[in-house]
Amino acid sequence: MATRTIVPFGPQHPVLPEPIHLDLVLEDEKVISAIPSIGFIHRGLEKLVEKKDFLEMTYVAERICGICSFIHGQSYCQAIEGVMKIDVPERALYLRTIWGEMSRIHSHLLWLGLFADGFGFESLFMHSWRVREKLLDLIEETTGGRVIFGTAKVGGVRRDMESLTLKRVEDELKIIEKMSHELTDVFKKDSSVKRRTVGKGVLSKEDAITLGAVGPTVRGSGIASDMRKLGYAAYGKISWEPVIETGCDCYARCMVRCRELYQSFDMIYQAMAKIPDGPVDVKVTGNPNGEYFARVEQPRGEVIYYVKGNNTKNLERFRVRTPTFANVPPLVKMLGGCELADVPVIVLTIDPCISCTER
Amino acid sequence: MSFFKKSPWVIHYDGSSCNGCDIEVLACLTPLYDIERFGIINTGNPKHADVFLITGTINEQNLEVVRNIYNQMPDPKVVAAIGICATSGGIFRECYNVKGGVDTAIPVDIYIPGCAVRPEAIIDGVVAALGVLEKKAAALKTMKASA
Repeated sequence: MATRTIVPFGPQHPVLPEPIHLDLVLEDEKVISAIPSIGFIHRGLEKLVEKKDFLEMTYVAERICGICSFIHGQSYCQAIEGVMKIDVPERALYLRTIWGEMSRIHSHLLWLGLFADGFGFESLFMHSWRVREKLLDLIEETTGGRVIFGTAKVGGVRRDMESLTLKRVEDELKIIEKMSHELTDVFKKDSSVKRRTVGKGVLSKEDAITLGAVGPTVRGSGIASDMRKLGYAAYGKISWEPVIETGCDCYARCMVRCRELYQSFDMIYQAMAKIPDGPVDVKVTGNPNGEYFARVEQPRGEVIYYVKGNNTKNLERFRVRTPTFANVPPLVKMLGGCELADVPVIVLTIDPCISCTER
Repeated sequence: MSFFKKSPWVIHYDGSSCNGCDIEVLACLTPLYDIERFGIINTGNPKHADVFLITGTINEQNLEVVRNIYNQMPDPKVVAAIGICATSGGIFRECYNVKGGVDTAIPVDIYIPGCAVRPEAIIDGVVAALGVLEKKAAALKTMKASA
């Protein structure tokens, strides 16, 4: 047996935008096991429900994570609407779908960039983020914010999009879609990308089920699990199928995200064609009483929101189970037996969002 | 900027922010804003960095990490607190695990508020930080000359 060394990875590491600490137990260049330790970003915002009322908490929920911020806000609102039995106007549901998918595209483009950076393809990173900036312009135009949208609200959405704006957004999205094709073609075909990703970080179908992986991680292992199939917002009214890949490796997970990009574009076009006229919010009266689970698909996977109200302005309990938390056990499994140089690439393929996980 | 022979390098650490400001810091380096054209590089090594960009609040666990990075940076150095969380705690101020802004751990030279901060504001703040860096460098030089 070779001598074992322990290499600390993080919390401050060039490849990680966020702090997570892994103790990598190595035998020569092989990783024998990885021991994660977290807690660097814990703020304790679930307990904030005791200080902020349930309407204000929407903004706190949006700031659980700045990348999928809109979907966090939307999930929180869905949970509160579930407790209070609020019927959200149809138009608001479609707008949520449009913004939700825009934020998914933005998140996936961001991830593609970080992933390219992870295996040292700097120019591809820059290209991904250049395409992403075009989308951020559209988001800013329609919501007012670049990364924190602030448009989700209990009972609907805070802003409407005029038909002219919708048309413009659609035209712009078509341009962005064309630009994304140039980008994803590199991920799909480039031999240097394939060399770093194919056959690396394998998570078998059985392991994915046993360890409870979610989102693109589980879909990359050939399991069609997508919460949008529950039909919340307007997902039940447009036609789509979950993207799955059967490669089980880093390349498969990357391909899931590349293909989901186009799925999201398609969903937005469909939603824009079908969006009905009408109000975008309803007045919310009373206080939440009772409990509710909301399950929503984020760019990283399934998020679960649990809220419990006791007929006061402040919720009694608020709990979030985020996708990265579910994906940490599969990650530890993938890291076992890999090369040290592949660790950043494998860590990135679960699209870790530590800020979500630790809250 | 007459003092410097090279472009300032920055190091970025995410205290406990929501990622909003972090991705905006990264966006500054990418083609639309592209501060790399001035030779400003986001380095992963504190020993190479002149400017410490920190986002998010300080909590019990990252306090030591932030101090560590700060202590490893060579003098002269400046610290820029990016985002309202790094400035004062922001929306998370009342959370039980939040000690407050970055100035509860290390001295801060420039505060850049916003939620999330716009890249323009970050660039503006870093330029202001460079002014402070130059003053600190000049002070260090006179101190060495008199010693």
